[in-house]
Parts: sequence; structure tokens; C-alpha cells
Amino acid sequence: MPMFNIQSSPHFKPALTVSQIMQGVLLALLPGIMVMFWLFGWGVLINLILCITLALIFEAASLKLRNRPIEPYLKDYSAVLTAALLALALPPLAPFWLLAIGIFFAIIIAKQLYGGLGYNPFNPAMVAYAILIISFPTEMTTYWQSPSVLHEQLNTQSLGLLASLQFQLFGQLPEGLTFDSLTAATPLDTVKTLLGSGSSTISEIKAQGITFGVLAGKGVEWVNLAFLAGGLWMIYKRYINWHIPVSMLATLFFMSLVFGYVVDSDSHVSPMFQLFSGATMLGAFFIATDPITAATTIKGRLIFGAGIGFFIYVIRAWGGYPDAIAFAVLIMNMVVPLLDYYTQPRVYGHSKNEQSQGEQLKDEQV
Amino acid sequence: MSESLTRKVTQQVGQNIRKIFSFHGGVKPPHRKSMSLQHDIMQGSIPPKLYLPLAQHLGQAATPAVKVGDKVLKGQLIADLDGPISARIHAPSSGTVVAITKLPIPHPSALTAECIVIETDGNDEWIEHQGAATPQTIAREEIRHYVEQAGIVGLGGAVFPSAVKLDVSPDKKIHTVVINAAECEPYITCDDMLMRERAEEVILGARLIQKALNAKSCLIGIEDNKPEAYQILLKATANYSQDGVQVVQIPAIYPAGGEKQLIKVLTDIEVPTQGLPTDVGIICHNVGTAAAVYRAVYHGEPLISRIITLTGEAVKKPGNYEALFGTPLGFLLDSVEYDPEQVHRLLIGGPMMGFGLTDLRAPLIKSCNCIIAAVNNELDTPPPAMPCIRCGRCAESCPMSLLPQQMYWFSKARDLEKVQDYNIFDCIECGCCSYVCPSNIPLVQYFRYAKSEIWGDESDKQKADLARERHEFQEIRKVRAKAEKAAAAAKRKAALAKKKAAEEKKKALSEAEEAEGNKPESKKTATKENNTAKKNDSDKTESSSAEEDPIKAAMQRVKEKKAQNKPQPKNTDNLTEAQQKQIEEVDARRAKTNESDKEKQEDDANV
Repeated sequence: MPMFNIQSSPHFKPALTVSQIMQGVLLALLPGIMVMFWLFGWGVLINLILCITLALIFEAASLKLRNRPIEPYLKDYSAVLTAALLALALPPLAPFWLLAIGIFFAIIIAKQLYGGLGYNPFNPAMVAYAILIISFPTEMTTYWQSPSVLHEQLNTQSLGLLASLQFQLFGQLPEGLTFDSLTAATPLDTVKTLLGSGSSTISEIKAQGITFGVLAGKGVEWVNLAFLAGGLWMIYKRYINWHIPVSMLATLFFMSLVFGYVVDSDSHVSPMFQLFSGATMLGAFFIATDPITAATTIKGRLIFGAGIGFFIYVIRAWGGYPDAIAFAVLIMNMVVPLLDYYTQPRVYGHSKNEQSQGEQLKDEQV
Repeated sequence: MSESLTRKVTQQVGQNIRKIFSFHGGVKPPHRKSMSLQHDIMQGSIPPKLYLPLAQHLGQAATPAVKVGDKVLKGQLIADLDGPISARIHAPSSGTVVAITKLPIPHPSALTAECIVIETDGNDEWIEHQGAATPQTIAREEIRHYVEQAGIVGLGGAVFPSAVKLDVSPDKKIHTVVINAAECEPYITCDDMLMRERAEEVILGARLIQKALNAKSCLIGIEDNKPEAYQILLKATANYSQDGVQVVQIPAIYPAGGEKQLIKVLTDIEVPTQGLPTDVGIICHNVGTAAAVYRAVYHGEPLISRIITLTGEAVKKPGNYEALFGTPLGFLLDSVEYDPEQVHRLLIGGPMMGFGLTDLRAPLIKSCNCIIAAVNNELDTPPPAMPCIRCGRCAESCPMSLLPQQMYWFSKARDLEKVQDYNIFDCIECGCCSYVCPSNIPLVQYFRYAKSEIWGDESDKQKADLARERHEFQEIRKVRAKAEKAAAAAKRKAALAKKKAAEEKKKALSEAEEAEGNKPESKKTATKENNTAKKNDSDKTESSSAEEDPIKAAMQRVKEKKAQNKPQPKNTDNLTEAQQKQIEEVDARRAKTNESDKEKQEDDANV
């Protein structure tokens, strides 16, 4: 009697796995990474390499401590993706210890302590980002390399590979260079500071010709465009759904349209500036769409995205931080269980306002 | 090519082209149908022995109508109905019944089941059979009669007795018969070939079903990956368009052949949850069933064979074979020259819902539509499951709009109430969610587990109820035994006392008086007499009578309790008689619970 391989149905499996989805997302980051490298120099790549290496070390160590198989979990690329997202959100001149603390919080605290892949309620990269920006506001906001498009205007320059490494690892600058000759405030930061202090109006900032580019913040607009391209490719490849990015960007657009144009266009930035500055596109397509911490139903996703868009605008316009992706995402992460529960789709054969069977049973018991 | 065909069809049918609808989700697995479509349907040969399980259908297993040693002819009834939901079984070929015993059957559990074994004589000699004299004008009831006689069951895989489905209660008006020609599972082509070669039979059968149900329209739903069969069906139905018969091409999206999905696609009507298509005036039959109905009514032939797709890359001559029920599947596979060395997986049914075959001795039964003998890597072996990343692909693909990911969490946690909250019993186990899951979680397995746990809990509850009832009666019996003991003791004492008293009075009293004292008397008078006769023993006798009262009270209480449940005649005149009654009631109640259990099973089968 021959023995056959007995398995449960279905006996077909398409090729797409978790690991491949994560790799696809990483691939979609590439255009954005390249633009960032062009703008901000070697720091971007150093951040990425350091963060990914540290993340793999932390992930492996905690898997070992938790007695979980290490290889399959490292191969799922989730730690790599978390590290990459955090690396891209951090300033390109960020010191080594800042990255290490960030990755520690992302992988150990926000992910593994909750049970590892699939069990974390909060986006690990954003937890790390929020902790860093609260704990080290100076490093997080002032260590931004001046973008290459502004070198002439601001009389700044980029660091080479070795100099960059030396600065990030040991905090030593090459001779003859000052910190100020390397950095520039991000456009969102500039706008916030200038508008917040009441010293300038939008038109005055524009007149300076430094902060505003074609679409939005000078330089950063190209980064956002690149991430938008990567995001659209992911939607086309069905790695992500359109619901969260579209509802998030639409909400942000309409909020800024109402407050920026209709209410007062001189103390509020334009919708385009909101969409293409800061980490908007990275957040919309790569961070908010993290399936583990996002809502799962269609309606839930639309509300989840809209909520993020709403909080981004609120915090950017009236809050204490120049950018707000991390806080907006974390706030909406908190309501995900509620969203999932109250936005269940109508099941085939059930009427629209029908109670679920379990509720009916409970009612009968009462 | 198929596009141009479709355009042509549109022109042909003109205004008859029908709007179709869609169902939520679904997946598009590779079809892999072409390999078994290379030649016509072939006749399977008669094996030396046929093994016919008594339960080849949903509902009660049939009861054998033959005994070991009987000679049977082809088409002779060998197992008859048992209960309202059951199906007859007929001898697929002539021969001798050599055994009725437990043997392996094609079932995921790999268990054995009661089978009738026929040793064939090779003559294949038919029993006398005859179809309806005028099948075109046959009465509705008669169609049902023929179908029941022929032992026809749903050949799409559900094997529900077809006669039961034709017997719709008068309050439910059926407006549409849906003939399922979708055949959405990959690999399987038996319906496709049947339609290509015997379209006339299918259409006439469908017409009979339509007539039997007095339905206004008859929609034949066929997936657009079968353009040849579609064309042939179109031609075959050309003369019936005024009768409401229409062939409708639907997109090939798995599981479009699911009853609920097909009804939705063709009519935009949803079958209510936990309801049947009849609730919305629709009944669905498979094309194979329709052809079987035709053979039963027109020729009086019972269902003794079916077309089965034998395919997979380990088979040298893949194709469709008309094989007798009871033929060992190994015999069938040998006839298509499969290579046992190469076989890596052996499946019964399609790759989406089929199950692994464990024993080649298992016979062909009414539900088997396909065997896939797959070589290594032909089918996918999912890698170990990873954690769920909540991507929601399962919910997107679910044709019932369920949330498989939520059901998975609660199934895993064995939170059965919550699982039911998420409508697990609407799950049709089509496998779409598992198919798309990037974490390779065997979701369908979890849902089967949760369902069986819920059923198990329910039957446990029933058992517990029964046990409680039994315990109650045991308590009653204990009390009763005590009472009887006490009564007997009292009687003995009374007799003893009397004897003593009699002995004391013996000298003084006459013989006649003594005889009178020995007369049988009721307990109470005996006790009284005892009290008056002997005051020394008064303590004990009092206690015994006092004991009797709580016993009676207890009995009364129990009776009242029972009376609350259901009214029953009270009989307290005579204690022993009442006891007798109670015993009878216990038996009656037991019988009744058994009966209601049976009914419940039948209801379940109906669902």
C-alpha cells in the first residue's frame, strides 16, 4: 500500500508570501532612497545600513531569548522593513546612538515584547520615532543635512562617505567644517517656526526663495514624489490597498484646502505643500499601510486613513511638532480594534441591520 | 477565439442575453483542465468486485435489500431508503453478493464503512427496466417517483438525495431552477465533457426538473472557460427558450460553482443565512444530476455509474471515464496507466476542496467527480505557517464576505462564542482564504476545527442533559427503594407483632380468629393494628410511618417537577402502580429523545 502525502485543502498556493510582500515594499522604497541619497548624501545610506544591521541583531537576539526559530523570522524581512522605515524617517546626520536607541525600541519594545511579528498593536518604527523625538528633540530636528539643491544658496555642503561615518559614529567633523555649514532646517520646521513666532507670513517666506520649491518644500518634494511613485507601484502590484493612502491624503488635502486657502492663506500652507512635504508620502504608502497595525476591513481602512490625515493636519497646523506622521499613526493604531469591530462587512445572506448570531444567542439567553 | 464566439452568441440569442451579477471575492487558480479534455468520455471496464457503501449520500444510510449469496442483476435494488432523507442503491453490474461488511471508503477520515460487495459475473445483465411511456407529458409527482426509484443524488459533490429536493413544500413557490454547469474547481472536466457529448440529456433532464418544480425559468450557468460546451448547450436549448430555459455564461472565478455564489451571479438573489435556496424560490441542481434524471425518467435506468475525471501528471492517459459505482479507485487508476512511482499526492475532488486518498481499495461512490494523481511539485505544499500579519487578503477573497482573519484568531483561542459572532457557520470552506494567505495559515482547517468543536459542545450539552435526567431518575429510584424497604420492614414487623400478639392470645382465642388476623391487609391498617397491638415497638413504627411521609413528599415533588415539563396523568392511588408508570415513562422519554435526536440529524442533513 503506497503512502501518500496527506494535506488539508486547498492544495494550490500562489507564490506570494509574507517575505515576498515585505521585499516588494522594500523594493518600492528604492526610488525614494535614491532621491534622498542625492539630496542628503551618504548619511541616508549609513542610516539604512546601520539600522538594518542593528535590527537583525536585536531581532535574532530576542527570538533566541524567546526560544523561537530565528531563521524563518529573519527571512520574513519584517525587521528589515521596520529598520528601513525608521532609518528614512531619521535625520541623515543622526548619531549612531540615536539609531541604536530607536531600533531597540522598535524591535525589542514595540515588536518582540508584544509577541513578535503580527502581534504588535503599534507601528514599531513609529513608536521608536515618537520616543526619539520626545527624548532627543535637538538631534531629531537639527541634524538634517542641508539638501544638495540648497548648497549654493545656503553656502553649505555634504559630507563624503568617510567623513559622514566619522561624524555619525564618533561625532567628529572634518577640520574646517562647522555643524552649521552642513545642516538646514526642514521646510516644515522652517514654516512652523516662522509662522508660529508670527514673524513672517507665507508670502514673505516664499519671497526668500529657500523653503518653497515647485510643489512644496524645496528638495523634499522630490523625495515625496519618489515615494508616491513607489506607493503607486505597490498598489499596482497589490502589495497594499489603495484605501488607506487615498483616504489619508484626501483628508489631509481637504483639511489644508479648507484652512489653508479658504480660511487664511497667509498663515497656513497650501494643500500641495502639505502633501509633498515632510514624510507625507512615506507615511501614506509605507507606514500607515503596515497591515499589522492598520484596520483590516475596507470601511475601517478608510476611516483609519482619514483619521491619520486629520491628525497630521491638526498637529502640523496647531501642535508642537513640525511633522506628525508618527503621532497620527500611533493615535489611529489605538482605535484599530474598535474600527475593525464596528465596520464588519455584511455577510452573504444576512440582512443589513441584522444582529450577529452570537448576539442573538445572548439575547435569547437573557 | 472565445471572444469571437461570445460575440456570435450575442447576435444569435439577441434580446435573450442575460445580465449577470457578481459575488464578493473569489480567486483565480490555474485551470489545468486541458489535460483531461483530450479525448471523449471512455467506458470504464467492469472490475471483478464492486464495493458499494450504504452511505453514498447525505442523510440516513440505505438499508441492505439483499443478503450474502443473492444473485443480482445490473440495476437491481440492493439497498433501500431508510427514513425521509436517504437514497436507494442499485447493483452497477450483474453478479453475486459475497459480503456485507465494513471496508475502506473515500472519505477524509480514512475510516471504513458498511459496504455491499458484489462479485461480478462479467455478463453485465440488465434487470428489466422501463422509462415513462410519455416522458414529455409526464406528471410532476411521477418525475419525483422516478428520481427516488433511481437513487439519484446531487452529483456536483454534495450528494443530497435529489428526490427530496424535488419535493418542495407547497408554501414555497419555486420560480427558477438553476442548473450548475460552472465546474469551477481546477482539473475537473467531467461536467464539461458530459455537456459536450450529452447536451440533449442534460437539457431534457433540466426540463424534467423544471417541470417537477413547476418553475418558470431554468438557468444553466456555465463558466466562460468552457466555450465548446457553451456552444453545444446553446444549440441544444435553442428550442426551449420559450420554456424559460437559458444558458448563461459567467466569468470563471472560483468558487462561481458554489450554490450560493452561482445563484447570486445568475439572479442577484442571496440565499438567506441558515436558509435554503427554496426560501427564495430557487433550486439548484448539477448538470450531472440533470442527465441522471433524464436517464431515470426516459429509460428507467437507476444511477449506477458516473463520469469521473482521472487526471494529474502521474496519469499517462488522463481523461473522463464513465465508471461503475463500487469500482475500486486503484482499479480505475490502473486503467489510465498511472505511475505509482511518480505519484506524490493523490487527491479526490479538486485541488481547492478535495482531500487526500489514503487507500486505493476505496471504491468510486456517487460523490467522486475527480481523482488527481499529482507528481512532486505539481500541487503546492505550503511552507510552515507564519504569524498572521492582518493583511486582510482573506477577507477580500471570501465569497461569503466573512472576516476569516478574525475567525482565525478566535478559533485559535477556542473562543467559540466569538467565532459564531463572526458567522463561522456561513463559511462554505471553499478555501479561498487559505489560498491567498501570505502567511500560509491553514485557515479552512481552523474553521473546520471550530465548527466541529461547536458541534461537539452542543452534543456534549445534550449528553449532559441526558445524564442529569438519568441522575434525577436514579435519585427517585433510590428514594423509592428506601420506601419499599421501609414498607417491607413495617409489614414484616406488623406481621411479627401480630404473630406475637396472636401467640399471646393463642390460648385464649379460637382458631377462626387467628385465621382472620392473617388476612392480607393494607399497610396502614397493619401499622395501626401494630400500634394498638404492641406499644413497646411504638417508637420504631412511628419513625417508619414518619419516614414514609417525606418519601411521599419527595415523590410528589419529583412528579410536580415533571408535570412542569410536560403534562401527564397523575396516579397516586396506588404506590406500586405509580412506580410502574414512572418506569414506563422513563422508557418512553428515552425513546422520545432518541427519536428527536434522529429528527435533528435529519434536519441537519437537510440543511
